[in-house]
Amino acid sequence: MSDTHTPSPVPPGDRERVTVEPAPSSADSGPEPRRAAAEENQWREVFQRIVTGGWAISLGAVVLAILAGSVLIAFTDEAVQRAAGYFFSRPGDTFSAIGSAVGSAYAALFRGAVWDFTADDFGGAIRPLTATLTRATPLIAAGLGVALTFRTGLFNIGGRGQMLVAAAAAGWVGFTWSMPWPLHMLVALAAGMLAGALWAGIAGALKAFTGAHEVISTIMLNYVAFYLLSYLLATPGLLQAPGSSNPKTRPTLASAQMPKLFEGYNVHLGLVLVLLAVAFTWWLLERSKMGFEYRAVGINPHAARVAGIDVRRVTVSVMLVAGALLGLAGATQVQGTVVTGFSSDIDAGIGFDAITVALLGRSRPLGVLGAALLFGAFKAGGSVMQASEGVPIEIVVVVQSLIVLFIAAPPIVRAVFRIPEPGRRRAARAERKAVAA
Amino acid sequence: MKLELRDITKRFGPLVANDHISLTVEPGEIHCLLGENGAGKSTLMNVLYGLYTADEGEVLLDGEVQHFRGPGDAMAAGIGMVHQHFMLIPVFTVAENVMLGNEPTHGAGRLDIDAARAKVREIADRFGFHVDPDAVVEDLPVGVQQRIEIIKALSRDAKVLIFDEPTAVLTPQETDELMAIMRQLKASGAAIVFITHKLREVREVADRITVIRRGAVVGEATPDMSDAELAAMMVGRQVELTVRKDEPRHTDALLEVSDLEVTDARGAVLVDKVSFTVRGGEVLVVAGVQGNGQTELAEALLGLQANVSGSIRLDGTEIVGRSVRDILNLGVGFVPEDRNVDGLVGDFTVAENLMLDRLSGPPFVTGGMIRLGTRDDFAAKAVEEFDVRTQGIHEPVSRLSGGNQQKVVLARELSRDLRLLVACQPTRGVDVGSIEFIHKRIVETRDAGVPVVVVSTELDEAVGLGDRILVMYRGRVVGIVPSTTPRDVLGLMMAGVPAEEAAA
Ligand SMILES: Nc1ncnc2c1ncn2[C@@H]1O[C@H](COP(=O)(O)OP(=O)(O)OP(=O)(O)O)[C@@H](O)[C@H]1O
Ligand SMILES: [Mg+2]
Repeated sequence: MSDTHTPSPVPPGDRERVTVEPAPSSADSGPEPRRAAAEENQWREVFQRIVTGGWAISLGAVVLAILAGSVLIAFTDEAVQRAAGYFFSRPGDTFSAIGSAVGSAYAALFRGAVWDFTADDFGGAIRPLTATLTRATPLIAAGLGVALTFRTGLFNIGGRGQMLVAAAAAGWVGFTWSMPWPLHMLVALAAGMLAGALWAGIAGALKAFTGAHEVISTIMLNYVAFYLLSYLLATPGLLQAPGSSNPKTRPTLASAQMPKLFEGYNVHLGLVLVLLAVAFTWWLLERSKMGFEYRAVGINPHAARVAGIDVRRVTVSVMLVAGALLGLAGATQVQGTVVTGFSSDIDAGIGFDAITVALLGRSRPLGVLGAALLFGAFKAGGSVMQASEGVPIEIVVVVQSLIVLFIAAPPIVRAVFRIPEPGRRRAARAERKAVAA
Repeated sequence: MKLELRDITKRFGPLVANDHISLTVEPGEIHCLLGENGAGKSTLMNVLYGLYTADEGEVLLDGEVQHFRGPGDAMAAGIGMVHQHFMLIPVFTVAENVMLGNEPTHGAGRLDIDAARAKVREIADRFGFHVDPDAVVEDLPVGVQQRIEIIKALSRDAKVLIFDEPTAVLTPQETDELMAIMRQLKASGAAIVFITHKLREVREVADRITVIRRGAVVGEATPDMSDAELAAMMVGRQVELTVRKDEPRHTDALLEVSDLEVTDARGAVLVDKVSFTVRGGEVLVVAGVQGNGQTELAEALLGLQANVSGSIRLDGTEIVGRSVRDILNLGVGFVPEDRNVDGLVGDFTVAENLMLDRLSGPPFVTGGMIRLGTRDDFAAKAVEEFDVRTQGIHEPVSRLSGGNQQKVVLARELSRDLRLLVACQPTRGVDVGSIEFIHKRIVETRDAGVPVVVVSTELDEAVGLGDRILVMYRGRVVGIVPSTTPRDVLGLMMAGVPAEEAAA
């Protein structure tokens, strides 16, 4: 043995010092889990820092990603390539070509996402903004769902599956049952949210009672949902539209639809619902007892347990609520955006974009709202950019992905923009790790 | 190497944590920093170690001004810090850990583990401690791990060593050993800064003592001053160093524990058929060397242990098998041993932490909603009453100094309506002035007729606070004795010698 302890009698009169044997092996396991707990807390801290860190990082990440996008636009632009061919004789040409390529691409993005300055009237000019809002609607709800799990220290990658089962449930109620308007719409919505909640709840329960990691189980549930939906869509009498052999459903009945908010524009009642969801999620996290428990578990599940918070119950409950929010996203898709019948791609990648949105929004409800609007704008503007300037829409996807990358690696953004490491977090870590209490 | 800090000032927003602090540490000197919780000791050390940059002032080594941009620079300049929470990789061996970050290599970048082994042996021999370079770190006791940190610093030729409350987690014997090592380091010419709240340790090893209060140096003390004098200088008033309490007045309240057995997930017995009773109005101290089942016993009282058999009755109500929330609601107050892991949610504010275990209903929660007004009023009162030094109740608790964090946990637990109080190491990391206050509050709880169980590895605390002392060894009760029992008898009992034999 390496240590020096030997049992030795206490010299008489040795004040308060006592000489004793080292901790016996039977009780040695005492400090072990504790150290593991301390390490696990450190890991959680890193996770929490990535998913809830400062706004400056979010902003910096967006700016950096857009700059990187500009480089790609310049590279793929034909005029730039041509001018670069004689770069050394007339370098100015290359730079002005780059300027005009990047400038017109982002102008097109703006025109497609916010304000169409080429339109004849106000109604036309505002159309892109409503397109952005329509695109943002499911992203907001889905982003909230993922953000909520982040705040609880869980990584819900199952947005896709949760949206798919929700779409299936809301859609099925929406085109098979018949009821008067507001009621039918609400029942279909409730069915969708319930389905999403249960689907996510499975992963929550697996985590709580068997310890199965939610990342694995939610990814697997994505596959299950996808193939289940594909099966339902290909089977006459289930979701498949009668008399058709396409894997596509019937249209949603008008009585189950979320009506358009303004005549002639696509933006629908779902937007109002998801804004309510933003308010609700904020209230839940900041004002309710449940949210207090979620956040406590997210930051320090050990202390939460000692404080009498049932970590298992919290795990299941947050997954249920998150699933309901993703269900809301799925329902707005089939009841508002795509009412002509849907197939198994109805999630449109939103379940994954939601992760990005939650990250960019720092897992805070208002942040999620802002991030979802930005992504909605990218989606709406990206297609205009492609159509009018020939810039591949994939650039938008690259920009989105870069945003995630930069957020996950905040030191890059800090270095570029010289954002100081937030003293408090560093101090917190220092106090805990480096320094005696 | 001679260390000089000149006029170091460090601000956190409006708070001046270090206010023009100057300090000189000569080679071959152990310089103690004494000061209340939140006085700014750790902050000063973090500046010295390059973790913070000072707003004003400079650090000099052998007369040369240093500009540290991080701990790496500080290490390179010859400063070593022994962290309380070790920065070792548990699954690596001692030699691998020592090598880490400073890998000696053969020509082609091949790691030279033999060189690292030799280095560990050489340093260990030089200071007469025995460390096996091939032992895996996680198998070693806390005290030995701390020595590895010291070896690590020395292997980088550290000439200035910082110890920030290294003894808070050590057993008394480990503490003695650490002091011996510090004396040897001093003899070899190192300059040592030593922070502790235990005045006894200060008097034992310090050559010079600098006292800091509210961020500023208030003077120098000498090791021949008495505990009372040192305490008074630190806190700025007379401090009662012994616990003052009357004879217990027993009430009907009763905690009865019988045949309690706690096993871990692998079936190893941690608490072995323990039985005792605590009457209302009495303090039972559970004493013993760290890791002999006291922690698990305390956790079982709150329902935190999974595999428990036997019975725990509080006023006749069986609580084994109940949920933690239920037990809390019965009126059990619990101060966990490790506040960072089990007691506090670091990113939560002081106010939020003060209501952490009171979510079951009024006054803090009604209709599923948190009553912000009630929460904040309560927090303001508690912070005032327990003298928690914070910039405000909405400050994240992780920004508080260690001792002030501990006071938040105590404030939370002691302000509840209690029917049983279980407090583990209640004064760990707390300054003498606050220890006095905390002990007073625990005695008040007892005098209100509540049964109190205190788990402590501090013999002073056990003897001062307890009406009776239960000594545990390897999960068993060695004996339950009055607190008037001589200390050397208690010491023998803590080594497993039964009470009658120990007294003989
Ligand atoms: N990163 C930070 N941000 C804001 N305030 C801080 C930060 N770090 C420390 N403080 C404050 O500075 C003061 C000094 O803290 P410090 O940790 O240096 O105290 P200390 O003397 O080590 O106390 P203790 O004996 O309790 O460990 C405290 O009031 C603390 O709340
Ligand atoms: Mg400190």
